[in-house]
Amino acid sequence: MGEQLLSVEGLNAFYGSAHVLDDVSFDVQNEQPVAVIGRNGMGKTTLCAAIMGLTPPRATGSIRFLGTELIGRPSYKIAKLGIGYVPQGRRLFPSLSVDEHLRMVSGRNGRNGGWNPERVYKLFPRLAERKRNGGAQLSGGEQQMLTIGRALLLNPKLLIMDEPSEGLAPTVIEQLVDTCKRFQDEGVALLLIEQNLGVATALADRQLVMVAGSIAVETTAEQLRNDPDSQRRYLGVEPVAAT
Amino acid sequence: MRRAVSAFDWRLLVRRLPVGVAVGTTVFALVWVLFWAPSTNFGPAIHSPANFLITLLNGLTLAALMFIVASGFSLIFGLMRVVNMAHGSFLLLGGYIAYEVQQSMTNGGGLTVFSSQVNAWDWLVPAIVAAAAIGGIGLVTQQVFLRWNMGQDLRQALITIAISVIIADQVVAHFPLESSIEKGSAVNTSWPGAIDRLVNLHIAGVQYSVARLTMLGLGVAVGIALWLWLYRTKTGMVIRAGVDDRQMTSALGVNIQVTFAIAFVVGASLAALGGAVFTSYAGVNPTTDGQWLLNSLVVVIVGGLGSIFGTVAGALLYALVYNFSISYLPTTGGDCCGQYSPVLTFVLLALVLAFRPQGLFGRPA
Repeated sequence: MGEQLLSVEGLNAFYGSAHVLDDVSFDVQNEQPVAVIGRNGMGKTTLCAAIMGLTPPRATGSIRFLGTELIGRPSYKIAKLGIGYVPQGRRLFPSLSVDEHLRMVSGRNGRNGGWNPERVYKLFPRLAERKRNGGAQLSGGEQQMLTIGRALLLNPKLLIMDEPSEGLAPTVIEQLVDTCKRFQDEGVALLLIEQNLGVATALADRQLVMVAGSIAVETTAEQLRNDPDSQRRYLGVEPVAAT
Repeated sequence: MRRAVSAFDWRLLVRRLPVGVAVGTTVFALVWVLFWAPSTNFGPAIHSPANFLITLLNGLTLAALMFIVASGFSLIFGLMRVVNMAHGSFLLLGGYIAYEVQQSMTNGGGLTVFSSQVNAWDWLVPAIVAAAAIGGIGLVTQQVFLRWNMGQDLRQALITIAISVIIADQVVAHFPLESSIEKGSAVNTSWPGAIDRLVNLHIAGVQYSVARLTMLGLGVAVGIALWLWLYRTKTGMVIRAGVDDRQMTSALGVNIQVTFAIAFVVGASLAALGGAVFTSYAGVNPTTDGQWLLNSLVVVIVGGLGSIFGTVAGALLYALVYNFSISYLPTTGGDCCGQYSPVLTFVLLALVLAFRPQGLFGRPA
């Protein structure tokens, strides 16, 4: 087993007086992707925001990344420690072109990894064809590539992806899964937040099920695939066909 | 088929009404200025092309000054959405600082020095000192009062109004520094002698002020520099990204507070640079702040929030309407000139807000 990358202990998060995350604890080992799954409104995106130091929410407890406490740190310092964030809804900048999205981040974190815009274009040739286009002019899949590319330029050790498959066509989702599998070979760990069980189980073996702001159960991809009951209970979906 | 066409035409007509009104008004204004314009100061332009050219140049050069000041406001208010009601005060204080520096450089003793005694440095150094000093004041204002209130429009407005009142009172209390001059007096700086002269344009025999043409050049230079900064540098990209989505920009490892502080300093410095120019152009007095805050607001709102091209368009429209209505509209009453220009500039504002609330080049919110 690899080194301990991220460890979350007793994390609580609040929006005003609304208690959204309730005593969440888990860890992410290097070279072992983790998926957090759960229905809408269970606190998955709040968990990402808390790790990335985005406020609101207000977070208490402990989040350690390679031994550094993240709670109370500004977001930009957390990103620079080596955490790439692919947010829900992609959140591209409407005022910036594709190329500007990449150049803006490039070189901010010169650590190992050696990601630069050229390498992102090599990974996603579609983006290279659309350098001058604005973020809003891209298709959903291209937008997702750009969001991932922009996060990779920070040379992250950990990539947090919040529902990357949302709103994408099935064939595009397949490509996304292939791309994400490649990161693992590059030594980028993955914390995946998903509602799409197919994507979550394809990318990560460890599955954390989030219910009402806490981790209700930890299971594996295989167990989850073969257990239609818990699929229904935790995700509210009709069971995926066993493949 | 005929019925269908005529029904379609009606709807089209209603939809195109604003454009039609705009075109009609412009054509009428042109015809009026060129051929008609009875009982006005200048008479029809066809009789006196020289006067027409002078009016046009007056409009363009005033637009350049308005752009310098309003581009700073556009950066702070239009882009960063910080409601900075102290922008006029930054200009006012910048003007007085430029005056004091020029006085001390030329031993003016409180009186406006002759331009023949002023060389280029005696103008540039005061302008740079004013811009730097106001940049510093802007930085303190932003760090101490405004960075905690991002997105809180009302608080920002109240805080900056308070700052503008304090600055205006301090100006009245202390400036000009020269003890022989009454506090709160209007002051002027002088253009350098080299540009304080007329040049023959060889068009319709017009002699025009080199200083005002320099002002036009300065406005263009500021515009180009600002465009390059925002659209060709990393800092500019980060400012635009931060304006779109502040949280996401930080989550990409950008210390957005530093970037916004830089942008605020640049915006405040531009107000002071405009103040230094205006002090040579017309002179400042303690009521100049309100007038220029209003000018900046009108230019930025007409042009559209957050767009440099919008600010250029707003400044041009505002200054041209202002100057042409002074020259080519009848005056009434005993006081000479200009009765219609304040009205028409606000008609311009009202029309833009009625038909294009986001401004000419603004993005819909």
